[in-house]
Amino acid sequence: MYRRKLSFERAAGIVPSEITPRDVYFNRRELLRAVGFGAALTALGSAIPALATDGLSYRKNLRYSTTETPNTYQDIATYNNFYEFGTGKGDPAANAGTLRPRPWSLTISGEAEVKGRYDLEDILKPHALEERIYRLRCVEAWSMVIPWVGIPLGDLLKRFQPTSRAKYVAFKTLLDHKQMPGERSTVLDWPYVEGLRIDEAMHPLSLLVVGLYGQVLPNQNGAPLRLVVPWKYGFKGIKSIVEIHFTERQPRTSWNTAYPEAYGFYSNVNPAVDHPNWSQARERRIGAGLFNARIPTQLFNGYASEVADLYRGMDLRRYY
Amino acid sequence: MPAASTAANTVADRPRLERWIRFGVKPLVFGAALLPAAWLVAGVFEWQGFALGANPIAAILHTCGRWTLNFILLTLTVTPIVQLTGRSEWLRLRRMLGLFAFTYALLHFLTYLVLDQSLDVRAVMQDIVKRPYITIGFTALLLLVPLAATSTRRMMRRLGRRWQQLHRLVYVIAVLGVWHFYWEVKADVRQPLLYAGAVAVLLGIRWWKRRGSRSATFRAGVGRYARAFCSARAASQIAASTSGPPTQVASGIASPK
Repeated sequence: MYRRKLSFERAAGIVPSEITPRDVYFNRRELLRAVGFGAALTALGSAIPALATDGLSYRKNLRYSTTETPNTYQDIATYNNFYEFGTGKGDPAANAGTLRPRPWSLTISGEAEVKGRYDLEDILKPHALEERIYRLRCVEAWSMVIPWVGIPLGDLLKRFQPTSRAKYVAFKTLLDHKQMPGERSTVLDWPYVEGLRIDEAMHPLSLLVVGLYGQVLPNQNGAPLRLVVPWKYGFKGIKSIVEIHFTERQPRTSWNTAYPEAYGFYSNVNPAVDHPNWSQARERRIGAGLFNARIPTQLFNGYASEVADLYRGMDLRRYY
Repeated sequence: MPAASTAANTVADRPRLERWIRFGVKPLVFGAALLPAAWLVAGVFEWQGFALGANPIAAILHTCGRWTLNFILLTLTVTPIVQLTGRSEWLRLRRMLGLFAFTYALLHFLTYLVLDQSLDVRAVMQDIVKRPYITIGFTALLLLVPLAATSTRRMMRRLGRRWQQLHRLVYVIAVLGVWHFYWEVKADVRQPLLYAGAVAVLLGIRWWKRRGSRSATFRAGVGRYARAFCSARAASQIAASTSGPPTQVASGIASPK
């Protein structure tokens, strides 16, 4: 049943023999240890998926990377907003141990030719991972610089052949309060949902992330699969994604549902549109020290030359 | 201190509870009240593994804000304890707790002004005018100033009955402080609601007491104790009659006005 030929494999021209058997993959460490690392690599050859060790193999994409100094791994992995594990910044790092990011399945549904429920490893296999150093601007007026490892979202979406009715892409986080204890609270309407317009989703900057600093993504940062849209506020970057749904209508998003006056569907970084409780004109760069002043926030988080065209003619104050 | 000069009030015959509070509980509470600040200082200098995390400014801001509320709640707890135990000696802790609330509120504001906003006074003024939760918080801080300024024994004596009326502002401050917290959080209002509940209980006790026995207990109760403590004579009288029920003590004291 597991090795049933998946519909997207037919579509993408993947032959089943290219895919690592599940038991080989999940016992890979034992296998590597037993055979010796080099021998194992030769033996399995290209069948080892990109996640064969905790260290990922990827190429650096400098075109889409900032030259700013990245934040430390420590800062990125201990200062998180991931309410599924608690609302304190340190809660996700403390509580995300209950999440089991592997095995993981991803459902593709809605307005697409190819649909179904797939094993994440299988879905990621045809893609080459790349590292991109992006700015991350949180809606709470702080920011980081983060070396993500992932694949362009558009490349993955295209394989499922969205139809002409696919005007938007909706994303959904895992709903499982055993794995995500924060979902027992009623702080947000679980599961967490997010969405993009299809052209935003297909934009080359939109990234599906599986790693951080060349390592497999830590649970608290949204393992095993999260979205990163660097010109939007961080909360658009939905974590631990279990479903991608193509739709004709603008999907509901969690923060917009919770507090529509503060969080719009678009949520593009915009220094001219304030949050009701604070100014968005400046941001605190995490790791800059106690006495460093805030730095000015840039329109579209500094990615305006790439993405401004998506919003030509739109009133960004109205569509915040 | 005037009380100490009275012959009847030497250390030797000062009643046990008062001595215990004055020389045991009070220094202990004072030391404990400094711990949050000490924790922050240790964290800033990363001393012995103490750390404030990725966003130290937010950590300082939130710690000071939280302890402001904690001390306001503790200040409001003193009177019910006096009423419950009938021992006015506990009032000795109240001014100190109130002044710690003020200190942490001031540190909270200074962190915002100096560290968070880098002394950008214009930005701060805009925030105070434009952001309701900051308007409320700043109002609460301003209201704390006269209370701290009139906390001395001399001011208590000078203001007499009006001192107590003035210091009822702390009820308003408590409500504003919790409201500020409630509006500040993005979605998780559980903690602010907990504080709101505590304030509701502490103010509810007062309302209930006042309604329950408007004449005897209330008038002769806390209010008079507070005033009694302003006067040296009253202090010695209370000291001399701590074993008696509260009404008895109160009736033995001439009102300062």
